[in-house]
Amino acid sequence: MEKKTLFDKIWDAHVVRSVPSGPDVFFIDKHFIHEVTSPVAFLNLEKRGVGVMYPARTIATPDHNVPTVDQDKTIKDKLSRMQVEKLRENCHKYGIELHDLGSDHHGIVHVIGPELGVTQPGMTIVCGDSHTSTHGAFGAIAFGIGTSEVEMVLATQCIMQSKAKKMRITVDGQLGNGVTSKDIILYIISKISAAGATGYFVEYAGSAIQSLSMEARMTICNMSIEMGARGGLIAPDETTFNYLKGKQYAPKGEAWDKAVAYWKTLKTDEGAVFDKEYHFDGNDIEPMITYGTNPGMGIKVKDRIPTTEGMEGSNKTTYLKSLDYMGFEPGEPIKGKKVDYVFVGSCTNGRIEDIRAVANFVKGKHKADNITAWIVPGSREVEKQAHEEGLVKILEDAGFELRQPGCSACLAMNDDKIPAGKYAVSTSNRNFEGRQGPGARTMLASPLTVAAVAVTGEIVDPREVF
Amino acid sequence: MAYDKFTVLTSTVVPMRTENVDTDQIIPARFLKATEREGFGDNLFRDWRYDVEGNPKKDFVLNDPTYSGKILLAGKNFGSGSSREHAVWAIYDYGFRCVVSSFFADIFKNNCLNIGVLPVTISPEFAEILFQAVETDPKSEVEIDIDKQRITLLKTGQSETFDINSYKKENMKNGFDDIDYLLNIKAEIADFAKGRERLLNA
Repeated sequence: MEKKTLFDKIWDAHVVRSVPSGPDVFFIDKHFIHEVTSPVAFLNLEKRGVGVMYPARTIATPDHNVPTVDQDKTIKDKLSRMQVEKLRENCHKYGIELHDLGSDHHGIVHVIGPELGVTQPGMTIVCGDSHTSTHGAFGAIAFGIGTSEVEMVLATQCIMQSKAKKMRITVDGQLGNGVTSKDIILYIISKISAAGATGYFVEYAGSAIQSLSMEARMTICNMSIEMGARGGLIAPDETTFNYLKGKQYAPKGEAWDKAVAYWKTLKTDEGAVFDKEYHFDGNDIEPMITYGTNPGMGIKVKDRIPTTEGMEGSNKTTYLKSLDYMGFEPGEPIKGKKVDYVFVGSCTNGRIEDIRAVANFVKGKHKADNITAWIVPGSREVEKQAHEEGLVKILEDAGFELRQPGCSACLAMNDDKIPAGKYAVSTSNRNFEGRQGPGARTMLASPLTVAAVAVTGEIVDPREVF
Repeated sequence: MAYDKFTVLTSTVVPMRTENVDTDQIIPARFLKATEREGFGDNLFRDWRYDVEGNPKKDFVLNDPTYSGKILLAGKNFGSGSSREHAVWAIYDYGFRCVVSSFFADIFKNNCLNIGVLPVTISPEFAEILFQAVETDPKSEVEIDIDKQRITLLKTGQSETFDINSYKKENMKNGFDDIDYLLNIKAEIADFAKGRERLLNA
C-alpha cells in the first residue's frame, strides 16, 4: 500500500476533483470569518446574486479591529464600527453563527475555534487570516486565504488549491527550564529563515513536540506562516483527545468513540516520504528573541546580533535597513537593551496557559517603572478563567493592565498602538516594520521572557530573573 | 470579480530591490478598515511612501518620477506575512498588472492570480539583469507574454520562461476567476459533501 503522510491523508480525502494541469477543487469542512477580510466577499456574493451554500460550516467573530476597552459600548472608530456592523448584518442575513463582542465565546478566531471544539482532527479549515495555521495543532489542514477565496468558500464550500510540497520538522530531546514552545518555533524560523518553508506544508514531529500541551502546540503551528509555510500540523494523540473531550462542538457518546477511532488513523505512515526534512535537538534550544523586522531574525537572548559578514548586495542593504529601523548595530548584544512596552496576547500566546505562565512569573514582583504592560486575553473564556484562577489579581498587583479580548497590539488596528520609536517585547507573531503601530519596534519572545522583561525593564534571559 | 485581462504586457518597470517585503508594508493594517474594494492604491506602501505628516518621501521609488510602468520588479520573498488580499488590491488599484520577483510568498501569489495581477517568478540571475537594465535606463521596456510564458528585456532581447499552470493561464487571458469555475460544479460539490458526511458517520 502507498505510504502516506498525515498531510496526504487529509488532503486526498478533501479533493472533489482535480483540474487537469491545474489545481484541486478542495473541500473545506470549517470556515472562520472575521470583520476585516469578509465584507468584500459578501458584497461580491450579492453582486453575483449567489447565496451561502452551507451556512452551518462557517463561524464568525469580530476580533481584528475591536477595541479592548468598553466593549459593551458602541465602537467609537467609525470604520471599525462599520466593519463589525457589516459582519453582524451578513451573519444575520445568511444564518451564520456569530460570537459577538461581549458574548461568552467572543475572542480571537483562532482561540475560540479550539475552545469551542469546532476545530477537530482530520478537518480542513480556512479563514481569511494567515494564522489559521494554528488549528493544525489538532491534526487538521488549516491555512489562511484571501478575500476572493473567502467568497469561494461561502458560495461553494471549496477553493482551488494546488497541493503543497511536504516538509517534516522533527524536534527531539528535552527542553530545558525556561524554554517554551514559542522558543522552539522562533528557533526553527531563525534556522530555516522567514522564507525557508515557502511552498511547503509542515508536519511537526519528535519527542519535544509530542510532550507539549495543546496550547503550546498551537503556538508552534500558529507561526508556520512566519517561515513561509502554507500551514503546519501535528498528529493527534491522547493530549489532543483529552483537550477536545466535552467541548461544546466535540462529538458526544457513541459518536465520540467513532471519532477517536478515526482520529487515531491520522498519522504519517512509517516510511512515507517528505520532500524536505529538518531535525533539531531540543537540548540546543534556549530562550529566543527577535532583533530585526522579520520573524526569521531571531537569536538566543544570550547571543549577539549577527554581523554583516558574508552578506552582500540587496541582502546586506535589506539587513542594515532592518537594523536601522530597530535602532540596533550589527554585532552588539541584545541583552540589556531598554524596553518601553510589553504585550502579552494574540493568537500565538493569548491562551490561558500563557497568562498563567506570566502570572506565575510576576507573582510578588512588580513591573519596572519604564515599562507599560498590556495583557490581552485571547477570548472571553480565557479572561473568565484568568479571573477564576486569581491570575488577574496577581497581574494587576504587578502593574499589568488587563484589557478585553481581541487581536489588539499584535497588528494595532485598534487604539492599542506602540508609539513610534518605542521598543515592545511582544508574545505576538510578527515584528514587521510598523506592525504594532507606525514606527513601533517589535521584538518577539515567549510569555516567560516577556514577563522577565516587564520586571527588569530590559532584555533579559528569564532564567536569570528569580 | 472581473479584471483587466491581457495576453501580452509591454511596459516600463518600477524596481524595488528590498527583500522580504511583507504585506504589512504593502498595505498597513490600519488601512484595512473598508467594507468595499475602493481606493487602496492611495495607501500602497503607505509608510515607506509618506512621512507621518503625509509628505512623500523622496528616496522611495514610487515617488521617483524617473520610474513608472505597469510592472513592479521586486526583491526576493515578496508578499510574505499576512494573507490580506488588500495588498494585491492596492497593487492593482495603483496600476500594476504584473509583479516580477525571484521568489514570492505563497498566499500572496494565490491572491495575485485571483485578482488579475500576474506574478512572474524568474531566476535571481535574470532578476539582477532586469534590475541593472532598469536602473541604468529607466525607459527599458519589458514584455511579458502569457501564452509563450516568456519575459523579455526588449532592448537586449534577453529572456526567460516562467511557470503558470494552464488553468490559471486561461483564467488570466480571459479575465475569469476561480469562483466562475466552482459555481459551475456546485452539484458535484454537494454530492461530495453528502458522501463525506456519510463516511464520517459510518
